[in-house]
Order: sequence, then C-alpha cells, then structure tokens
Amino acid sequence: MDVQVWTYILVGITFAIYIGIAIWSKAGTTSEFYVAEGAVKPLTNGMATAADWMSAASFLSMAGLISFMGYDGTVYLMGWTGGYVLLALLLAPYLRKFGKFTVPDFIGDRYYSQIARTVAVVCALIVSFTYVAGQMRGVGLVFSKFLEVDIFWGVIIGMAIVFFYAVLGGMKGITYTQVAQYCVLIFAFMVPAFFISMQLTGSPIPQIGFGSQLTDGSGMYLLDKLDQLHTELGFAEYTSGTKSMQDVFFITVALMVGTAGLPHVIVRFFTVPKVKDARISVGYALIFIAILYTTAPAIAVFSRTNLIDTVSEQPYSEMPEWFHTWEETGLLAWVDKNDDGLINYRPGAAIEGAPDLVRENGELVRGNSGEPTLTNKLANSQNELYVDRDIMVLANPEIAGLPNWVAALVAAGGLAAALSTAAGLLLVISTAVSHDLIKKQINPDISDKAELRYARIAAAVAVVVAGYFGINPPGFVAQVVAIAFGLAAASFFPAIILGIFYKKMNREGAVAGMVAGLLFTLAYIIYFKIMFPEMNSLENWWFGISPEGIGTFGMLVNLFVSLAIARFYPDPPEEVQEMVESIRYPR
Amino acid sequence: MSERDLKGYWRKNLRYLSILLTIWFTVSYGFGILLAPTLNEIKVGGFKLGFWFAQQGSIYVFVIIIFVYVYLMNKLDREFGVSEEDA
Repeated sequence: MDVQVWTYILVGITFAIYIGIAIWSKAGTTSEFYVAEGAVKPLTNGMATAADWMSAASFLSMAGLISFMGYDGTVYLMGWTGGYVLLALLLAPYLRKFGKFTVPDFIGDRYYSQIARTVAVVCALIVSFTYVAGQMRGVGLVFSKFLEVDIFWGVIIGMAIVFFYAVLGGMKGITYTQVAQYCVLIFAFMVPAFFISMQLTGSPIPQIGFGSQLTDGSGMYLLDKLDQLHTELGFAEYTSGTKSMQDVFFITVALMVGTAGLPHVIVRFFTVPKVKDARISVGYALIFIAILYTTAPAIAVFSRTNLIDTVSEQPYSEMPEWFHTWEETGLLAWVDKNDDGLINYRPGAAIEGAPDLVRENGELVRGNSGEPTLTNKLANSQNELYVDRDIMVLANPEIAGLPNWVAALVAAGGLAAALSTAAGLLLVISTAVSHDLIKKQINPDISDKAELRYARIAAAVAVVVAGYFGINPPGFVAQVVAIAFGLAAASFFPAIILGIFYKKMNREGAVAGMVAGLLFTLAYIIYFKIMFPEMNSLENWWFGISPEGIGTFGMLVNLFVSLAIARFYPDPPEEVQEMVESIRYPR
Repeated sequence: MSERDLKGYWRKNLRYLSILLTIWFTVSYGFGILLAPTLNEIKVGGFKLGFWFAQQGSIYVFVIIIFVYVYLMNKLDREFGVSEEDA
C-alpha cells in the first residue's frame, strides 16, 4: 500500500477515537468545562499536559531546527523542559491550593484589582491566539503534504474535529483526547527514531545511539563523523554552534520562564484533586515530554548525517526518489552554480527566498541536469542546496528507506500534536472570555448554565478565528512565537511568583511591573522583528541579546519595577495576606 | 496546629527550593552553557560532555529534581501535619 492510503487509514482511525472520546465526556457544568471537575488522576494529567505542551512545532519542526543549529539547538531542548522544574517547585502546588479556574483569577484575587485581572486576561488572549494560529497552520500543512488536500480544507477538517471535542467536552473532553493524542504522537515519533538509530549505529535506543560508533566498520563515533563532515564543508562544528554564549543563556532563560508562565500549561494543574497530585503530575508530565525531547537531538544528528552523506558532492542524476518528491513541493531545491552536475552543499543561503518553481503547461521546466528551474535570484555563496528545516522530520522515514506505514504514522502524529495543543489553547481563550470577563467583570450574577453557554460560544468563535489565521497566516507568524514566550516571561511569571513568595507585594507594584515588563519586551521585539528587520543582528542588540531572549530582560524589568513601586504604596489588605498564607500549606 | 509549626514548614520548604534550584541552575546553565566549552574537552563514549549535558543530561536531571522535591515535600507535609491525607 502506498503512503497516502496508509495515511488515510491511520488518520481516520485516530480521528474516530478523538470523536468517540468527545461524545463520551460531554461537559454539563462550568466546573467540568473549565477544570474537568478537578478530578483528573495525576498520571492522566501528566500525559495530557505533555500533549498539551508538545505542539506541531515540537513534533514537526524542532528536530529539524536542531539538526541545522547543532549545539545552538540546546536553547529549545533545555528551554522547553527546564521550565517544568520552575512549575513544580514554584507554581503548580500553590496555584492548585488557591483552587480557582484560571490564571487571571489568581492575578485578580491576589492583587485585589480588576485592572490586574484585565491585564492578565489581555496577556492570556494575546499569548494563546498567537500560538493557536500556528497550530491550525500545522494541521493544514500535514493535510496538504500527505493527503494532497488543499491547506484550506485541511484547516477546515482540523477545525471541525477540535470544535467537536473542545466545544462539547471542554476541559474534560480535552483531557481524555489529549491522553489518546499523546500515545499517538509519541509512538509516531519513536518508531522512525528506533529504526534509524538501529541502521546507523546498531543501537535501538536513539539516546544512546547518537553517542555510539557507526556500523559502517570505520569504528568512528557518529558525532565525530558529523563534526568532521561539518568542518570539511565549512560549517561550524556541530557540537559547538555559532551563537554567542550570552545569547544562548538569555534565550534559554526566556523559554524556560515563558514555559512556566504559559496559561494553557498552568491551568492543567487546576484539574487534579490535591496539592500533592499537582506536584507529582508535573513530574509525570516532564517524563512524558522528556521521552520526545531527548530523542529529538538524536534524530537531528541522524538526519543531518544522512542528508550530508546522501547529497554532498554527489551527482544530481543519482539522487534517490525522495529527493525529487520533495523538490516538487518546493521544500528542497538545487541550483548548479558551477555547472559540474554535483550537489555542492556549503554554508549560507543557496538562493534568495523560498524556491519558486517554473512550470509550462503544468510541467516543471528543467535545467541541464534535469533539475527543476527556479526563478529565484542566486544568493552570493557557493552553496547550491536549499533545504527547508521542516522536511527533516517529515522526510526522515523516506530518507532512511523505512516502510510506508511509518511515514503515514508521522502524519498522524503531527496532527495529534497540533490538535492537542490547539484544544488546550482554545479552552484558555474561552474561559478568559466567559469566566474572567463575563462572570467576574460584566455580569457576576450570571447562572452556571448561562456561563457554560458563553464558554461554548467563545470556544466556537475562537475556533473560527484560529482557523482563519491558519488559512491566511499573517506574515509575522514565525516572529510572534518569540512574542508569546517573551510576554509570558515578562508578565505572568514574576507576578505569580511575587504573589506567592512575597506577601507584602501590593496591587500597585504588580500592575506597574506587569505593564512595564510587557511594554519593554513588546517594544524590543516589534522594533527588531517588525519595524527594522534589517537591523536585527548582533551589533545592534542590547548586550548581544536577540529578540528571542529579551523576555528574560523583560522579566527582570518587571521584578525591579514591582519591588520599587510597591514600597510607595500600602501593604495588601489583611484578607489577601491571609490568602497568601493559606496557599502555602496543603492543608 | 501552632503558628511556629507553619513557620518551620515554610522555612524548610524554602531551603529545599534553594538547594534544588541551585542544582537546576548548575547543571543546565553551568554545565550546559557556561562551562560547556571546558567540559567539551572531556569525552564520554561518543559524547563531548558539555554537549551531552546541554542536549541530554540536563533534561534527565530536571526529571530527577522534580521527583526528589515531591518526595521531600510529601515527607515534610506529614512531619508538620499539613498533609492532605490525614485531614
């Protein structure tokens, strides 16, 4: 059977499971809809958190990114796992004891202020919308790649599925679908990794495999071979990277702290019955996440080595089938700059922009060696190969010559990763509207039934908006991911930490700090990413910190401003101080 | 439960936090970033040590830190009578 048939079968089965779970877990009260009645088992919650957290980016793009960044990819590996230590030690248990529904709930109650609550709602909405648009785009991409469906219809199908279980089941439906989605995505991620690790190093465990010797009889370690290949071709050593040390440091902090401040992650710890369960479920979540995150750098090394081995200095005419399939999608391209018919892979861009294929009467126009002709200007480098980073995971099974069902599995896994994250984010958006805005600010007397109806309507509207952005992605989607983490790091994290650990922190300090951290971070990112992208380089950055890492600085600004301003205003009221006292003890 | 007990509980909690977060920082930012070039001189199997800490070791240590914290806190909860079990 070919890949497409396999994909239809596997995607069909997984979607049927998600819908089945949705019907079984229909929510009847706001408590069920917002936090699954706070009755989720820690192990279940850990698994759901892992699926919630690992998005289309973790599944499809991260290993590819790392394989081109080498050591520098560390920022994602440590940045997106280390935040869980902060969650477990500094946030989850206390927020669970606090025992309400949302993050703006905590900020609003702790700082006895509707302004603080509103700032938190706005942050939660910006962060979640930014994120969810990317997920819907991921769904559309997988559909178009594997099922030859338009991105438009791909997004529509994805929306319909998410709509079904998020709107109907709320947190309860989402939790149990996420458990199923975790199983699908981790299986899909590990199977190709086992196979390829076995092929290259003879060790089936990828975490060990990428530090082992090659099976080609040379007795050479895989990483040494890759470093050597890199040096020969003029790239920086794979295991050393090119980013400055302070930039790696700052980006890692921003991602870690951002992770710990993301509302859709935090809210998962409101769903377990006890403080004790909140602590341990962060631990379970990180184990489930670590399985993927320790495999990704191995996949990065395997696919990088395989790619260079297959293409570098080889004649174009001898390229395998997969090379040509991906050429047609415009994600892989070769331009013969020196007319030798060999693929010269070197550092630097091969062409300007993404490949633009030339067609005549629907047929690709081909050059001297049979390669598709591009309209792009050639970039000023010796590099002749254009590779889109995303194909490293998608094409991995084909590059390694694995059976068709493995490639189909990767498609189903990518969809599971994108849908599970999208659902978690949609829930945050819907609770921010129905609970934090309508119930807490506009109409406090609203009945539970009516609030639930608003929650469903908000979720439905959010699905449609997310779908719209998935079909018509704003040009800045890639940039806004940096914004999401920067904002979470610079706004929520310090406000929550101070709220728990510093009893005397008052509303004036907290609001001023959040606003200052937020504005500073936004300004820096917008300045370099949107207004003056041509200035976005090391010599113009403050202290060598890129916009990706500036959230760290924004967090420090927030802390400093909060502590300074708080000194000039009265202490929080007695009952707030008592509330802070009480969340510190499980009972 | 007396006031003094709760103060003691919180102090101990903060001590656990500072020790565990120091380990967290040392392994990830220390071994994985700041000391990585130095540690890369040492090789364990096919891995340069700094690179290994950055892309593997730190993540394992994160998991261990959380489970150690869970163990310590559950013990502390029982010791100071604030555990949810004996409610």
